[in-house]
Amino acid sequence: MADVTNLRSPAEAGLSKLFESSRKAFASEQAISREEAFRFFEATGLPSRRVEAFKYTDLRAAITEAAPPAEAPSEDAARAAVAGAAGFAEVEAARLTFVNGHLVAALSDLDRIPEGVTVTPLNAALAQGDARLKLLAPVEQVRENPIYQLNTAFLADGALISVAPGAKPQTPVHLRFVGTGETAFSTATRVLVEIGAGAEFFLLESHEGPSGLTYQPNDALDVRIGEEAAFRHTRLNREGDAAIALSTISVRLDARAQLETVNLVTGAKLSRHQIYLHVAGEDANAVVNGATLLGHGQLADSTLLADHAATGGVGREMFKTVIDGDSTGVFQGKIIVRQVAQQTDGKMKSDCLLLTDDGQMMNKPELEIFADDVACGHGATCGAPDEDLLFYLMARGLPRATAESLLVQAFVGEAVETVTHEGAREALIGGIEAWLAARG
Amino acid sequence: MPAVQETIDRVRSIDIDQYKYGFETVIEMEKSEKGLSEDVIRFISAKKNEPEWMLEWRLDAYKRWLTMKEPEWARVDYDKVDYNDIYYYAAPKRKGPESLDEIDPEILKTYEKLGIPLREVEALEGIAPERRVAVDAVFDSVSVATTFKKELEKAGVIFMPISEAIREYPDLVKTYLGSVVPVTDNFFATLNSAVFSDGSFVYIPPGVRCPMELSTYFRINERDTGQFERTLIIADKGSYVSYLEGCTAPKRDDNQLHAAVVELVALEDAEIKYSTVQNWYPGDNEGKGGIYNFVTKRGDCRGARSKISWTQVETGSAITWKYPSCILRGDDSRGEFYSIAVSNGMQQVDSGTKMIHLGKNTTSRIISKGISAGRSQNTYRGLVSAHKKAKGARNFTNCDSLLIGDQCGAHTVPYIESKNASAVFEHEATTSKISEDQKFYCQQRGLSEEEATALIVNGFVRDVLQQLPMEFAVEAQKLISISLEGSVG
Repeated sequence: MADVTNLRSPAEAGLSKLFESSRKAFASEQAISREEAFRFFEATGLPSRRVEAFKYTDLRAAITEAAPPAEAPSEDAARAAVAGAAGFAEVEAARLTFVNGHLVAALSDLDRIPEGVTVTPLNAALAQGDARLKLLAPVEQVRENPIYQLNTAFLADGALISVAPGAKPQTPVHLRFVGTGETAFSTATRVLVEIGAGAEFFLLESHEGPSGLTYQPNDALDVRIGEEAAFRHTRLNREGDAAIALSTISVRLDARAQLETVNLVTGAKLSRHQIYLHVAGEDANAVVNGATLLGHGQLADSTLLADHAATGGVGREMFKTVIDGDSTGVFQGKIIVRQVAQQTDGKMKSDCLLLTDDGQMMNKPELEIFADDVACGHGATCGAPDEDLLFYLMARGLPRATAESLLVQAFVGEAVETVTHEGAREALIGGIEAWLAARG
Repeated sequence: MPAVQETIDRVRSIDIDQYKYGFETVIEMEKSEKGLSEDVIRFISAKKNEPEWMLEWRLDAYKRWLTMKEPEWARVDYDKVDYNDIYYYAAPKRKGPESLDEIDPEILKTYEKLGIPLREVEALEGIAPERRVAVDAVFDSVSVATTFKKELEKAGVIFMPISEAIREYPDLVKTYLGSVVPVTDNFFATLNSAVFSDGSFVYIPPGVRCPMELSTYFRINERDTGQFERTLIIADKGSYVSYLEGCTAPKRDDNQLHAAVVELVALEDAEIKYSTVQNWYPGDNEGKGGIYNFVTKRGDCRGARSKISWTQVETGSAITWKYPSCILRGDDSRGEFYSIAVSNGMQQVDSGTKMIHLGKNTTSRIISKGISAGRSQNTYRGLVSAHKKAKGARNFTNCDSLLIGDQCGAHTVPYIESKNASAVFEHEATTSKISEDQKFYCQQRGLSEEEATALIVNGFVRDVLQQLPMEFAVEAQKLISISLEGSVG
């Protein structure tokens, strides 16, 4: 969109100012180029609906002011915030707690990390110029994404996680992100995960924050899955009701690697979750699911790009959206099959259940195929709950509301039932039930 | 699954190297000055003896066009047209034929070669009476002949070149021209509004079922010209018309521009069936030459229970940029889009449709089959949207593509926007998902899943294509039996 020249919005001008003032603090850094990232962001600006990839999610209109990066909270404040965090609380896991985007060691299980896994706080890695930082942006296309570049420019904290080849720790690592405060703030965190050949790793991620506060979290997760390794990732977005939550996950899969990533969204006023996959090795397998339940005034955007660049890749992407009140669901999915990626089997599906007439759903499932021996497909449906099914349940004595809840559960359940980790699966189902209960 | 040999052979048989219509007709032509200016527009308008309001309309469009930019969002890559290096008007010098005998014999020969019946007798002999077709033949910028005019007049049907309609039925033209595709709709439509030279005008009076199929045959002949035809079809209350369109052009090394606008208006209970076999010269195997086909086609189901159906068989053009669409404004109106797009050589196709549901209980159906071979790129781009008030809107979309060879690409870019809960939209791009019930029924009777799927899809496509008139049938038949195994979205 080079020919679209917008005047800089107050938020964009504010971001430039914030970047200038933080520049000194980053001066000694070698490992990442914040300068380059910010210049990229400045050139594009906050994307508006005139930018095709943000057609349905106008960040320029949504982000009216640049919230200052959050300071690291005091331990007491952090402790108070975490006390109310319920995401994956029932699941036994080694927790890394981030409050307002800063790792709080005292509330983390840094000394209880499962065997075969090492965790290095990102700040330490940056200071040492850790070689693993080369894992940044493992998918080419993510480097052209303004949200990701903004994250790089303002990166405040995060972690580097390495899983030794062959290690199969059964205890997951839980990244617990909690927001707290009285005034607007922004966060920028980055977690890098490197999984050695033949290893298996479970990662849980929960995002929670206060209601009524316009905070702007921006999280990024960069993953490289080695040969025959498996990465199983479960994510929960329960951000506060005024939050503008941006997140990006980019994953590179080597030969015969397996990916399972499932995201449940019930929180935030506006959320955009971006998933970038680069299938680099042959016969890799990726399962990408999303379940989104929205109520009054919310907008949730799931944007997926799966780039198949090796033979025999299998991709299964399933997104379920439930729209209540005047909320908006967005799904943009794109499967690219390069010429070399023969025998790719890619299936992408986005289904939406509209519970009210005020809601809307925007679907854009794309295919871009350059190989002739492939089986790729996509499906998209949109509609109200089936009256026949409702009638069937009501004829058996259920009130309409209960019947509708059951249908919603069954509809969304399909996207979360594939989660391998039992505890994580139960937590997501619990999240869905809680949403339905709150709806009444 | 890769394509089977039978499919590959069929596609090869319609290979661009075998383009049959690439000959040139040498006749004396009258042209406007090269390039585009207010003077050229005045020249075109004067040539057509147009009333003042029409000239104003054109000049207004031209002024708007000057401020517009050529769209770049389509997945096509081409050397931009130098809009000041083409002729916007070219017409055979021998003027105003009163009867067929006065038409330049070279032109008659051209249409004979193309297999288009311009003589009514021949038409009667060639085709069974119930398949008679009235033809409007457009040669570069002018209509050279319109057949069966008298017989159509008896039924009250108006079928004539649009330049004549502007003079003879100014009120009808004024009411409807630009009412479906506004002057400022897009870059190419605005350009067309400024310089359109000829095309067909059809008006079907209330309650009339047009006694024969109407057809326009477009031929680009002259070098360095663009063709900018404009078609306007109005089906008044309770009427029905089937309209067909065909097009060819000589083989040349340069690219030529074709920027047409087609507007359809269906009032209450009316039905318009619009079929196209697009066979412009696609360029050679190396991508040299060929037509740039930048076309805006849109139908407006303005009245309740109206119906518009687009059928297209796209095999030609170097670049195709074409989205025949339906605005479903009337309650219970219906829009349909059936498309088979075959690309080969270096062709680039970016085509699809828009179904815009505004009225209650509106329904639409999209069936799109893309087949790419050679080094071509074939994109389906479509929008289905339901307005908040479009209660009970329903859409079914199925778009499949098939790749033959590993140098080509097939792409799908659907937009599905639903703004009310009672709208039911289904979009599918895998053959295995087509009506499970029907498939089950076939499989019960011993067919394999693949056979059952092929039967359902082919049966459907065949049904549509069989409604094309004879002269298009041959071309279309080559395409319909292309099997759909190994389809990708």
